[in-house]
Amino acid sequence: MSDAEIDQSPETQPVLYASRREARRAEAAAANEKVVGVVARPRLSVTGVLGEALITAGVLVMLFLGWYIWLNDIVAGGEQQQAAEVVQEELQDQWERGEAITERPTDPGEPAVSVAPAAGQVFGALIVPRFGADYTRAIATGVDVQTVLNNRRIGIGHYSETQMPGEVGNFAVAAHRTTYGAAFGAIDQLRLGDRIYVETVDGWYEYSFRGLEYVWPTGVDVLAPVPTVPGISPTDRVLTMTSCNPRFSAAERIIAYAVFETWYPRAGGPPTEISGVVQAQG
Amino acid sequence: MYAALWRILPGPMWVRILIVLVLVALLLAALVEWVFPWAADTLLPQESTVGG
Repeated sequence: MSDAEIDQSPETQPVLYASRREARRAEAAAANEKVVGVVARPRLSVTGVLGEALITAGVLVMLFLGWYIWLNDIVAGGEQQQAAEVVQEELQDQWERGEAITERPTDPGEPAVSVAPAAGQVFGALIVPRFGADYTRAIATGVDVQTVLNNRRIGIGHYSETQMPGEVGNFAVAAHRTTYGAAFGAIDQLRLGDRIYVETVDGWYEYSFRGLEYVWPTGVDVLAPVPTVPGISPTDRVLTMTSCNPRFSAAERIIAYAVFETWYPRAGGPPTEISGVVQAQG
Repeated sequence: MYAALWRILPGPMWVRILIVLVLVALLLAALVEWVFPWAADTLLPQESTVGG
């Protein structure tokens, strides 16, 4: 349709104006001169309403995508970060109240191992300097999507069938690669030797990143006490992180492995690399 | 459609603009709070666990 066809108002003059505003002014002036009083108004038409509805739908889709890939991550990520900082304070408080486990390993080099808490309960924090200088996220028991992974106060879930931090075997956790704060959004940025710290009421467990692996969503053997080799008894302490791959997809899973290096009892204070993250809350 | 809504609104121009702004803000709040999370969970489920 051309403009001439759309504009069926009887007042239309075959005059070319420099701009629409000018044209409108001229029209208004003409109307005043005639003292018509009633301005011709376009009626509701099916195509008009349909067109506006489609434009509205398009704007809504754009808004949704903007929220989905950008705004929600910033908001949820910020909330998860703040929540984790509160968790770290609470862990310190719990320790000061003497709620850390009393049964210590006889060898001081052996890490203390907490008892696994109930499903959905926050028991620690994951601190990964590679993910950001102040990066910390709360870890809760279980990998339930609604209550743990999508939770704006948590973000990281511990596969409850796997071992606890510092325990011989596999401490496996899951988090989103994209959306809902994207706690593991930078999982593919990890480099050999990067430190990954798990904080619990007992102290800090230091793991060293070893490598990435890509598996199908059915690849549950990455959760085995010896990852990918189910059925044999473990001798090492391993940290396994799972997230989705590629980004914004559920087609594959990206797996990050780290091995236990050492641990820092809470009495001795946090390791120097993350002392800023930990003391920032004090 | 929107032209008709605009005519329905009462008051002078600035009151109408104020009403529209408030309505748009309410709409955006509802979208972000309820509609978008529902759409994300329903249309674009994100799986980050194995075996799930």
